[in-house]
Amino acid sequence: MRITGAQALVKSLEMQGVDVVFGLPGGAILPVYDPIIDSPIRHILVRHEQGAGHMAEGYAQATNKPGVAIVTSGPAATNIVTALADAYMDSIPIVVITGQVATTSIGTDAFQEADTTGITMSITKHNWLIKDASEIPQVVKEAFHVATTGRPGPVLIDLPKDVSNQMMDWYWPENVDLPGYKPTTKGHPRSIAAAAKLIKEAKKPVFYVGGGVIRAGASAALKTLVEKCNMPVVTTLMGRGAFPDDHPLCLGMPGMHGTYTAITAMQKSDLLITLGARFDDRVTGKVSGFAPEAKIIHVDIDPAELGKVRRADVPIVGDVKLVIEELIEALDKGEAGEMGYSITKEWHNQLKSWQEEFPLRYEEDPKDGSLKPQYVVECLSKLAPEGTILASGVGQHQMWGSQYWHFNDANTWVNSGGLGTMGFAIPAAIGAKVGRPDKMVWAVDGDGCFQMTAQELVTASAERIPVKIALLNNAYLGMVRQWQEMFYEQRYSEVYLSPDLPDYVKWAEAMGCVAFRVETPEDVIPTIEKANQINDRSVVIEFRTDWREKVFPMVPSGATNDEVVLGPMFEGQ
Amino acid sequence: MTNTPPNLIPMSMPGGKSSTEFGYHVLSVLVENKAGVLARVAQLFSRRGYNIYSLAVAPTDDERFSRLTVVVDLESVTLEQITKQLHKLINVIKITEIDPRESVQQELLLAIVAADTQSRSQIMELAGIFGAKVIDVGLERLTLALADTPDRLDDFTDLIKVFGIIEVQRTGRVALTKLARPSSRGGMNRGKAS
Repeated sequence: MRITGAQALVKSLEMQGVDVVFGLPGGAILPVYDPIIDSPIRHILVRHEQGAGHMAEGYAQATNKPGVAIVTSGPAATNIVTALADAYMDSIPIVVITGQVATTSIGTDAFQEADTTGITMSITKHNWLIKDASEIPQVVKEAFHVATTGRPGPVLIDLPKDVSNQMMDWYWPENVDLPGYKPTTKGHPRSIAAAAKLIKEAKKPVFYVGGGVIRAGASAALKTLVEKCNMPVVTTLMGRGAFPDDHPLCLGMPGMHGTYTAITAMQKSDLLITLGARFDDRVTGKVSGFAPEAKIIHVDIDPAELGKVRRADVPIVGDVKLVIEELIEALDKGEAGEMGYSITKEWHNQLKSWQEEFPLRYEEDPKDGSLKPQYVVECLSKLAPEGTILASGVGQHQMWGSQYWHFNDANTWVNSGGLGTMGFAIPAAIGAKVGRPDKMVWAVDGDGCFQMTAQELVTASAERIPVKIALLNNAYLGMVRQWQEMFYEQRYSEVYLSPDLPDYVKWAEAMGCVAFRVETPEDVIPTIEKANQINDRSVVIEFRTDWREKVFPMVPSGATNDEVVLGPMFEGQ
Repeated sequence: MTNTPPNLIPMSMPGGKSSTEFGYHVLSVLVENKAGVLARVAQLFSRRGYNIYSLAVAPTDDERFSRLTVVVDLESVTLEQITKQLHKLINVIKITEIDPRESVQQELLLAIVAADTQSRSQIMELAGIFGAKVIDVGLERLTLALADTPDRLDDFTDLIKVFGIIEVQRTGRVALTKLARPSSRGGMNRGKAS
């Protein structure tokens, strides 16, 4: 069958099982947009290419399937760079297809030409510039393979316009040809046995659970392992939902804005069982002072993470789901099988008393009647149906979202952890809703973030993708303001945004959304209830929150995790 | 609580156990012979803040693959981290660390030396001792070529400096592991025979 390169691309995506792509057409990608008309693949027309990238990420985070975005060359490719970098940091499988100028024009500074593969080399797992249409099916197959196996991540296919128009003989490859890419998935039996022994010996162990557990679909296996060991769990920002917050062994999130108990449990532990986490600086604080007494078991699919920050006593390369299953077995076998657990009652009691003494706390009944952002998130969480997905932007609202929402399922928390991309929430929520139309999707957003990507609510309205946005409007770039208040002698530099410029309600309505403004605590619950009733349109609730609120607990940047600042609610304690 | 466990030393800090007494390590990296491979390797080093001391690239006998010989400076990062990051590149097939003591290494040097009628014979004599070739001759200049170990090239450069070096060019290093050979004491003791 003779078809064009463009047809081959679309057909390859179909063969790969793609049901939806996020994109925006333009000159160099025009040939690809013609066969899209005839394809069963749903195309969602975004308003900005960055939105297409984040939607693909949101789709992938909510479904564990690769998200796909198609955009044109030059400025479209550079617009999607942020999403690629974001997906690379958070190990999100997305496949981005960019148009490119004709092969004969490459290197001539042609109209809308950019060196896309060069620009994206260090923020993709791999990228391809296709020079001949016959390569298309092979490259598409390899791209999806690379994106979704091993440590997941973004890949990019750059497709010149003349290659799209070139005729080729259709085929579908049986295998990938990647001699240099063979991820290790099974843990080494000797390491597994050594890890099992350390687990049995530990008196003060903590499971340190990261986003890798969610990417690997290992939540159920993790629960079995944790309950078998009866050991406490912390879930990192990327790992929220990998283990249920409601579980008595869950200590919440560690790190800069984690719970006192999660931070301190790691700090005082004698064993960190690290699963799909990477000792990020926001988790460790000052590395030299991090968990000084702890031995480390480190399980990761990416060998380069083992020993990158902290040397592991037992490093295990492998798929975290397989390794957890192997660990569950190993605990009953061999030398470890003959040992009892050493975790102490004192440790459990200690954790419990920390939880009671230092819970997350905010002023629940402020005398001045101000609206506390934490209260808004708490109400959102309580009123949301089970399994609701929460997307988030980046900043204070993200931390409150992570702290005060109860995550009980994997793939229900969609956020930008590593790169910290402001404006992530709205497009990511849309992508998540496209992937999981059966679930309610809320986004918690800040006013700074909202202004960066709000235009995608037009996409949501036009494509009938109903998402709900809780806009915590404190009229500031709140997290920056917090740092200026705490570390720059309250010298506020360029952080004020205004509460009513723009008018968020009018803006949301102009984009086809139902919009509400909430200014008092009394209106929070009734308005959320109203929003939860609406399922045919997107809803924006603007909450005018107390601009003075800061995120606590906080480990100041550069400090060790022994120096947790608990905030004003604990003063005098 | 006060005694620091060994795993607390961050891997990225010097003082780890890797053998850095030579100051550099030679990596022989087999890569797929695809467009942009060199850029990928170079960008990885730059992006992660690793220092390349020298780099040589050439096709192998199998046209699907090329071999990069990279001499890396281990000031800021461990060899382990560099090789692991390199391995993440999809086009990298195999990485072999070449121990300077267990390998043969060569570089090529080209030098234009000032050579008037008085010094010319002395230079040619020196070239003869080192096994350098005269590959170009001008009225008052000679171009010499010498392929040898990096140390010998350093020595040679120092000696010809006296006559006046107009221009000098050195390639990156290429290296191969030393061949095993039987020793008189039996076994396969390497690096003792010569």
